[in-house]
Amino acid sequence: MAETAQAAPARPPSAFRWLRANLFNTPLSSALTLLVLYVLIKVVPPLVDWAIVNASFTAPNEQACAARGGACWAFIAEWYRFILFGRYPHDEQWRPAITVLLLIVSLVASCDRRLWGRPLALLWAAGVIAVIVLMGGGVLGLPWVDTDQWNGLPLALILAVGGLALAFPLAVALALGRQSYMLGIRAFSVAYIEFFRGLPFIIVLFMAAVLFPLFLPPGVSIAKLWRVEVAFILFLAAYLAEAVRGGLQAIPRGQYEAAAALGLGYWRQMRLVILPQALRIAIPPLVGTFIGGFKDTALVIIVGLFDLLQDVAVGTNDPSWRGAYIEGYAFVAAIYFVFCYAMSRYSRSLEARR
Amino acid sequence: MSVPSRPLGRSAWWNDERSRELLFQALIVAAVIAILAYLGHNATVNLRRQGIGFGFGFLGHEAGFEISPALIPYTPADSYAYAMLVGLLNTLLVAAIGIVFATVLGLVVGLLRLSGNWLVARLALGYVELIRNTPLVLQLFVWWKLLQISAPGPRAAWQVLPGVFVSNRGVALPVPEYDPGFRWVLAALVVGMLASIALARWARWRQERTGQPFPVLATALALIVLPPAIVFVALGAPFRLDMPQLVGFNFKGGVTVTPEFAALVVGLVVYTAAFIGEIVRGGIQAVSRGQSEAALALGLKRRHVLRLVVLPQAVRTMIPPLTSEYLNLTKNSTLAVAIGFAEFFSVANTILNQTGQAIEAMTLIAAVYLSLSLGLSLLMNVYNRRVALVER
Repeated sequence: MAETAQAAPARPPSAFRWLRANLFNTPLSSALTLLVLYVLIKVVPPLVDWAIVNASFTAPNEQACAARGGACWAFIAEWYRFILFGRYPHDEQWRPAITVLLLIVSLVASCDRRLWGRPLALLWAAGVIAVIVLMGGGVLGLPWVDTDQWNGLPLALILAVGGLALAFPLAVALALGRQSYMLGIRAFSVAYIEFFRGLPFIIVLFMAAVLFPLFLPPGVSIAKLWRVEVAFILFLAAYLAEAVRGGLQAIPRGQYEAAAALGLGYWRQMRLVILPQALRIAIPPLVGTFIGGFKDTALVIIVGLFDLLQDVAVGTNDPSWRGAYIEGYAFVAAIYFVFCYAMSRYSRSLEARR
Repeated sequence: MSVPSRPLGRSAWWNDERSRELLFQALIVAAVIAILAYLGHNATVNLRRQGIGFGFGFLGHEAGFEISPALIPYTPADSYAYAMLVGLLNTLLVAAIGIVFATVLGLVVGLLRLSGNWLVARLALGYVELIRNTPLVLQLFVWWKLLQISAPGPRAAWQVLPGVFVSNRGVALPVPEYDPGFRWVLAALVVGMLASIALARWARWRQERTGQPFPVLATALALIVLPPAIVFVALGAPFRLDMPQLVGFNFKGGVTVTPEFAALVVGLVVYTAAFIGEIVRGGIQAVSRGQSEAALALGLKRRHVLRLVVLPQAVRTMIPPLTSEYLNLTKNSTLAVAIGFAEFFSVANTILNQTGQAIEAMTLIAAVYLSLSLGLSLLMNVYNRRVALVER
């Protein structure tokens, strides 16, 4: 920078300069800009008309919304509690609401580096018990609620977050097993991981819903929710294991050798030296896998669990609200988007910090 | 893969690493076998109680249900095994169409994400974030409901392109009418392709020996395009499009794809393209800036820099993640069961419900998808080995 102040050369105003630099920098770019603007002018105003201008936010039924010609957000206003909590007894719905908050708090706490390690493990163990007690009841004066009635958003979060909590230890064991020099253990880990990664998730879900009861001793039955939860755990574990393996492979050989030279046995080598470093590296892919797992909770409608999508289907089957499915799907999509987008932003911020 | 080497030691057998390992492994294997045997025992008891016999004999029985569309002639009188084959072909069709269109759309999205044009880059980003952060099954429901319920009847069908009609009966597309002369055009095409492969080999051999480059791309294009075109014109250009036309209450002529098929393909393509777009962007960004600067310094033109220096290196990093996206698309085609398109999983699921042979049907399903996954990854591994970086 020169010390003496000079008059700036005459330049066009900054907005104009920004347009020049960002929208009309080359002939091709200018053409693209004009094309996109044309499409936007064609698409956006009708969309705004539908979603806001002509939309009904309060209406007795879908027919009244249709008369105004816009979106029927009144459906959401009328049905949001059913979409979120499904058939859970109406007066008890504070319980799934607190469950959702609890699970979100646990997820947010897991993002805090200061808690990683023993405090987090304790928090998760306590969280799992608290959620089961809160949702199921039967103790502490809470009325019993069958797992069939654990629907909607709490169902999705329990499947995904509970699945994550229980799949994670299994995944670490599998990742270590895949690196083991013991042939039997390595073969088992590889077969497990490749089996579950080669199958579409729906098929694992069907195995849990249709096939699993056949393999239980006669007279024993497990609620469908828990069978599906097992499917989530087994499936997520295979993918999480590959993420952990990526972290393990990034640890230089010298770390293993140094840990061995200190006289540490295998388990202490892993627990004190290798895993703390490997898991830290593996966090972005772990978060990515978890986002995928959370999105997969939308699939349980196919095996007949009442998830958010099934709740919308029930609502739009009501003769008064038939046809409001786009509004219902938009609501569910917004819920999934908020969760997944927040998690992917977190993962990206971790990557940027490294 | 770095496998830590086994520490050496010598002491009592229970302290000896080697015998401990054997014991440990034997315990694990025994546990796995015990669990499997226990489950198998339960299954036998349960099946006996329900009076279901175990075996694959049911595959020869008459299926008794319709499959539409079917790529090979099929009637409900055919066997279950044949019905499964029809379903498998539908899966392969969806996967093939999906992979091609998702790759093209993904490439476009990836390049738009890198565009210097602010508006275009932002729109591409919005598309990627919206699609990647919502469940695919939800998107499929939206596409399906849009086609099935929100789309007008055939009489008021939307004509999105000349000859392409979208209605609640599906999407009607024009197809070229078959002409016997097409066989000669095809033969000319094959000859042209073989000639260009030979030409490429000769050109490389000459360039390696003499350093003389040869305009392979332009010549090969001419060799592939010109002979079929000449044959086509010589035959009197027998090209007619079979256009869909509204007759009565439905479309006649052309090809009409069902709303389920259209929703599945569009949903899979739109979803997978968002992921492929990110792979393409990542791959191009992974090529260090110095590479293109060095190429420019050597005097290469901009388009040559992209084609000869940046893209070949970007493709190398893109292959493994692309493989897993292709696999995901194939596996995600099972979501057809949610909207009622008869691909392999839906067909097998119908058979499972009709016959009650759950174990056999699920085994077949798992075997088919595991072999599809394995086959596709083998194929991509072969390609990957050809483009992978050969280090000294």
